[in-house]
Amino acid sequence: MKKEKRLDTPLTEKVRRNLRAGDRVLINGTIYTARDMAHKRLVEVIKKEGKLPFDLRNQIIYYTGPTPAKEGEIIGSCGPTTSSRMDKYTPTLLESGLGGVVGKGQRSVGVISALRKYRSVYFAAIGGAGALLSIKVKSAKLVTYEDLGCEAIYKLEVKDFPVVVAIDIYGRSVYGRDSKHR
Amino acid sequence: MITRIVKTKTITETVAEFCVKANYELPKDVVGKIKEAKIREKSELGKYCFEQIMHNLRIAKLKKIPICQDTGMVVVFVEVGQNVHITGGKLVDAINKGVRLGYKKGYLRSSIVDDPIFARKNTGDNTPAVIHTNITSGSKIKITIVPKGFGSENMSRLTVLKPTDGAEGVRKFVVDTVRQAGANPCPPIIVGVGVGGTIEKAAILSKRALIRTLNKSNSNAKIASLEKQILVEINKLDIGPQGFGGDITALGVNIETYPTHIAGLPVAVNIGCYVSRHASVTL
Repeated sequence: MKKEKRLDTPLTEKVRRNLRAGDRVLINGTIYTARDMAHKRLVEVIKKEGKLPFDLRNQIIYYTGPTPAKEGEIIGSCGPTTSSRMDKYTPTLLESGLGGVVGKGQRSVGVISALRKYRSVYFAAIGGAGALLSIKVKSAKLVTYEDLGCEAIYKLEVKDFPVVVAIDIYGRSVYGRDSKHR
Repeated sequence: MITRIVKTKTITETVAEFCVKANYELPKDVVGKIKEAKIREKSELGKYCFEQIMHNLRIAKLKKIPICQDTGMVVVFVEVGQNVHITGGKLVDAINKGVRLGYKKGYLRSSIVDDPIFARKNTGDNTPAVIHTNITSGSKIKITIVPKGFGSENMSRLTVLKPTDGAEGVRKFVVDTVRQAGANPCPPIIVGVGVGGTIEKAAILSKRALIRTLNKSNSNAKIASLEKQILVEINKLDIGPQGFGGDITALGVNIETYPTHIAGLPVAVNIGCYVSRHASVTL
């Protein structure tokens, strides 16, 4: 098996160009959490104000809603949630310069073509591996939407956070039996 | 005949304890099947998934972190012996109180919204649970806690086939459901199938099938054979662990049946991820 690639954020286009569907990657640096309700709000803000409430250019959004952190801990269990629920919002965020997203499961045709168009990457984390992923998180800071509870946006600093490149900037996908990388 | 008294306080404490236990540690039969599958999987990414999955289970158990952040909606099956007298309040309240306590004590996620259509406001304590109560013989209470994640629940389906569709119709519907679910329900999955009765009966049977041990087939030889046949076919779909392709899409297919009407053949397919959490206790 090929070795894992180490990747530092921000996820610049130069980095994105070298990623291929099927690559195992260890993310180091900053990622932002957001799921259903946060996506809905972010896209509403873009539509109303023409820009995001904070800069997401070359950044990574992680679809997760963690369990509460125990006292003295940074974060609770934090595995990925199903990405397809974010499909209708993702192209707008990619258009705003988002470098990549982390979730689990297939994406819509619309998202795949937006990934190609804006040269962004879709990573898959192992669904259900929330305990393992939680120990890769070194800090968690609330950014906005605190009222959403576990769905609020957090800025996480991660170390060797394991993901697989699920769809690369060339539109190649790890899903489906026709995938070329296999 | 002697009536046995069980206090609601005991029920609450038990539910709380087992909500936590179920979320930190998988049942032995499920872990056994994951280990078997890890050996059988041949694709590179599939093997990698199984390594990560086993690593995660070890960390969760050791460091007492929930296995998955989706700690589910709690389904509770309660079998109450008819010689039991429950004192100290309502059974339903006692169970929900147990869920509330367990989810707080265990740092588990509250994922339940009150009004499903409009407000969708989080109840903040993961209640209410979905409670299925049955009256049985004897003087004991058996409680089974099933924290059910919605990545897989979302991919479940129910239909009513024509009576003449038979085993072939059931097979096709189950396999199609798994194919459509694809990578979304966090494969490798467990497939619970409920066949017969009315639509709600089939749905409840499918949930029961999902938590039946993976080490035993249905006691009816024809149904057991259908379970095996469907499992083989699902594993040929090449969805594989996490949908990355591979030999193992499902760890098991369990079918439960009930008599039905001459005019129909209800089939419910309840998909569960490999984090198949459930814990039973008899009081």
